[in-house]
Amino acid sequence: MKKMLAILICLVMVLTVFTGCSQSAPEETGGQEAPVEAGDATEAKQRHAIIFKNTGNPFGEKMMEGFKTAIEELGHEAILRAPDQPTAEAQIQMIEELIAQQVDSIALAANDYDALQPVLTRAMNQGITVLTLDSTTNPDSRMVHINQADPERIGRVQIEAVYDMIGGEGEIAVLSATSQAANQNLWIEWMKTELEDPKYDNMELVRVAYGDDLRDKSVSETEALLQSFPNLKGIIAPTTVGIAAAGRVLTDQGLQGEVHLTGLGLPSEMAAYIENGVCEWMYLWNPIDLGYLGGYASYALVEGTITGAVGDTFDAGHLGAKEVIEASDGGTEVMLGDPFRFDADNINEWKDVY
Amino acid sequence: MLKRNIQNMMKAENISKFRELGLLVFIIILTVAVQIRNPRFLTVSNLTNMITNTAILSILAVGMMLVIITRGIDLSIGATLALSGMISALTVSANPDMHPILVILIGILVGTVCGLIVGVLVGKAGILPIIASLGMMNVFRGLTFMVSGGSWVSAHQMPDSFQSISTSKVMGINTLVFIAIVIYIIFYYFINHTRTGRQIYAVGSNPDSAKISGINIDKILIMVYGIMGSLAGLSGVLWVSKFASAQGDTAMGYELNVIAACVLGGVSIAGGSGKISGIILGSLLLGILHNALPLLLISPFWQQAIQGFIILGAVLINVLVKRNAERKNLVRRNI
Amino acid sequence: MEKRIITNKKQFDIKSFFLQWEWMLVLIFILINIMNANFSPYYLNTNNLLNATMAFLDKAFIVLPMAFVIIMGDIDISVGSTVALSAVVMAVLYNAGLPMGLAMMICLLVGATCGFINGFLITKYKELSAVIVTLATMTIYRGIAYVILENQASGGFPMWFSYLGWGYVGKIPFMLIAFAICAVIYGLLLHKTTFGRRVFAIGNNDTASRFSGVEVDKIKIIVFTLAGLMASVTALFLTSRMGSTRPNVAMGYELDVIAMVVLGGVSTAGGKGRMIGTILSIFIIGFLRYGLGLINTSAQVLLIIIGMLLIFSVMIPNIKFKKRKKAKEA
Repeated sequence: MKKMLAILICLVMVLTVFTGCSQSAPEETGGQEAPVEAGDATEAKQRHAIIFKNTGNPFGEKMMEGFKTAIEELGHEAILRAPDQPTAEAQIQMIEELIAQQVDSIALAANDYDALQPVLTRAMNQGITVLTLDSTTNPDSRMVHINQADPERIGRVQIEAVYDMIGGEGEIAVLSATSQAANQNLWIEWMKTELEDPKYDNMELVRVAYGDDLRDKSVSETEALLQSFPNLKGIIAPTTVGIAAAGRVLTDQGLQGEVHLTGLGLPSEMAAYIENGVCEWMYLWNPIDLGYLGGYASYALVEGTITGAVGDTFDAGHLGAKEVIEASDGGTEVMLGDPFRFDADNINEWKDVY
Repeated sequence: MLKRNIQNMMKAENISKFRELGLLVFIIILTVAVQIRNPRFLTVSNLTNMITNTAILSILAVGMMLVIITRGIDLSIGATLALSGMISALTVSANPDMHPILVILIGILVGTVCGLIVGVLVGKAGILPIIASLGMMNVFRGLTFMVSGGSWVSAHQMPDSFQSISTSKVMGINTLVFIAIVIYIIFYYFINHTRTGRQIYAVGSNPDSAKISGINIDKILIMVYGIMGSLAGLSGVLWVSKFASAQGDTAMGYELNVIAACVLGGVSIAGGSGKISGIILGSLLLGILHNALPLLLISPFWQQAIQGFIILGAVLINVLVKRNAERKNLVRRNI
Repeated sequence: MEKRIITNKKQFDIKSFFLQWEWMLVLIFILINIMNANFSPYYLNTNNLLNATMAFLDKAFIVLPMAFVIIMGDIDISVGSTVALSAVVMAVLYNAGLPMGLAMMICLLVGATCGFINGFLITKYKELSAVIVTLATMTIYRGIAYVILENQASGGFPMWFSYLGWGYVGKIPFMLIAFAICAVIYGLLLHKTTFGRRVFAIGNNDTASRFSGVEVDKIKIIVFTLAGLMASVTALFLTSRMGSTRPNVAMGYELDVIAMVVLGGVSTAGGKGRMIGTILSIFIIGFLRYGLGLINTSAQVLLIIIGMLLIFSVMIPNIKFKKRKKAKEA
């Protein structure tokens, strides 16, 4: 009998932990009302969900923050989710959970271009608005994509940057995220297209290396590039972890001015390397605005102001009016703007923002 | 009697020397092969890179060896590393004037606490190490995300003094490598020449007789996991300093690398055996792999498969060499 | 060892029957359901609950043979990679023009082969522990998947294939039925056959069972082959759910699977465990995750809760046994 009692007490303790954690959870995810009330208030208050690739990613946190701002400006409720690992499997599970909650819209930064199609189709069949932002899915599984910037421009602008930095000739290399990252692969394709221009005849792309967005692997890959190509003049790293790891290696080895670095990175991560001259300038877009635009697009789609067809226009808060245009993959998208250039002159304003 | 004892000891030593021979031979073959493909491999600058990058792995391998010797395993070290790295990075970004050694101590403290928790769960509560560390791995990782609030600590938030932990030199050697060497010397002495050190082996090779002979098993277990935690905490600070960034998902899955380094180095999962020289070779082999595979300029899509085959090849060759040596020993004894 | 198990069965004692680990799990399972139902208004909905099973049942197929592996005192961390490799091979073959049925058969064959290779290496080189062998093959299998498909995805399967992961029989998901059938088969295999008893015997004492005439190597190879086979079954369902596949699918599945097995009361020291506990723990973790997902718990809190669940649920019976031990000693 005593044993059973002990077991029961233990269980109660465990449960207390659970309940404690779960009750604090809604605060974590930000401004979600108690579920019971939410159930009653469905008619009045729309619930818009956003799913990022993985948790603990500052870019994603800022994007979700922007999304939340937009939704709350509109007087509705935002649900912010992100799995602990950047996998499509985890996102499928999350989408299922959101379908069960009968949310009004799901905006997501997809971890896989194709693999979410079945579950997103199911969501749309249940009347849930589905849109993607940052990283898209195939056109069939979304209503509209919120594009941070034209992939073609992103690819081309980085080649132009490295062209200016190295004076138009020499060997260059790309240090990407994982070999499966859809965004990066698309941008690299556009880089290669840009390189076909006769203007770049004296530039040679010697290798595309993958740092898998891991610090240690990105560092090893950068070091290997420097060892294997002693004449390397420039590195393009279209990913935050990669560009910061490369910046760290170039700083340590004192290669400022000899090997040039550009790409896409968070200003906070890159501030040190832009200030010390290892990376003269690099690009990114504003994740807060991206999320913000996503929030307004979700609302417009749910309200029926737009349907995601080409030519639709909607009001996007402080970003002004936005128009749905044709996307390169055959679907439709809304464009945030051009990639923004960060250099020694403006990095100080931005390094504490995101 | 004494003579036979000495003979036995010598024989045992022979065998254990042979145990690492296979790995050593394999490393040499691998080095030659890589060198032929890319002559930049055996240059001072590349070797420096490689050894610096391997330092953290080899520090963790020492702790993991102790844990595995006691028949345990610790899957939580990647998360412990991330947590202590994040906390020390946050501390140093808030107090830029802090002395680097103090930061290292904070990291070690956080790591030790994490390790002791796992140790108490294993030693006192009697939970299997794999479950205790798997559970705490989730908890520590979750805590790391929580204390960081989802953001990263970046290079510009870290003072130069902190970043220079990993770039400065002590007696002409990179500080990371220096720390690793010091740790190896300390632990070589500790496990071979102290009473407590030998007790760790006793607990691993036969817990029952260890208990009968009066060893406090719980205490040894808690201590071993505590050591593992403190080394992971130290590694966390070094990691953050080396890469000049602390993220929530730092070193995710790194525990498998560390376990691989130990097992490659001849540490037996069944407990009771493992040598410092072995894990040096094990860490070195992994270090060479991580450094050389990109240098080979093969398709990045082949890298993983090749890495797997090399690891498998290394353990197989090691077994075959060992078997051969044992057979020779047997023959000699018959005569 | 065999004898002991048999005698255990004969002495049926109501008190010890209810003090079993499995009842603990039932209790936890009920409590989790009560908790979930209280927190989320969407939880107690048959359709939702049935749909929820589809989200976690894909890896549950591997949990079944993994219980065998762990009961033998071994471990297999290559299963996630086996899923990826067999899924990739299937997708590539189908897109190369093979009929889907044949491609699926080959998928199963690839999985079984991967498992067989693990078992073969482990029994042939006994000095090597299963950890290091499967650690190496984990890298190799996924590596081969990368070599085959590089940075591409492969899909475009026929419509009927999506039935596996999304179809229903009446109101019940097809996956749940498939899993129930597999679970019954594996449960019977473990508890009602000589094969199962030998698996326990090996886990209790490898050498002793070898001397008492158990073909240890053969059984080990079969068990690892089963693990590979079920990994490819997971590959079928997962691919069906995702509609396409990539070399990086099922990343980290091995740890999830192992966690479910040990929560189910299977001891990693070998020789102990029951299928029913393992199956219960699949649903405990699955529904806990789902319930917390319905109230939009953040990933970090979820991680902590799952970790705590693992530790607490394993700790409680330990306290119980320690007490019993002390009582015996006194």
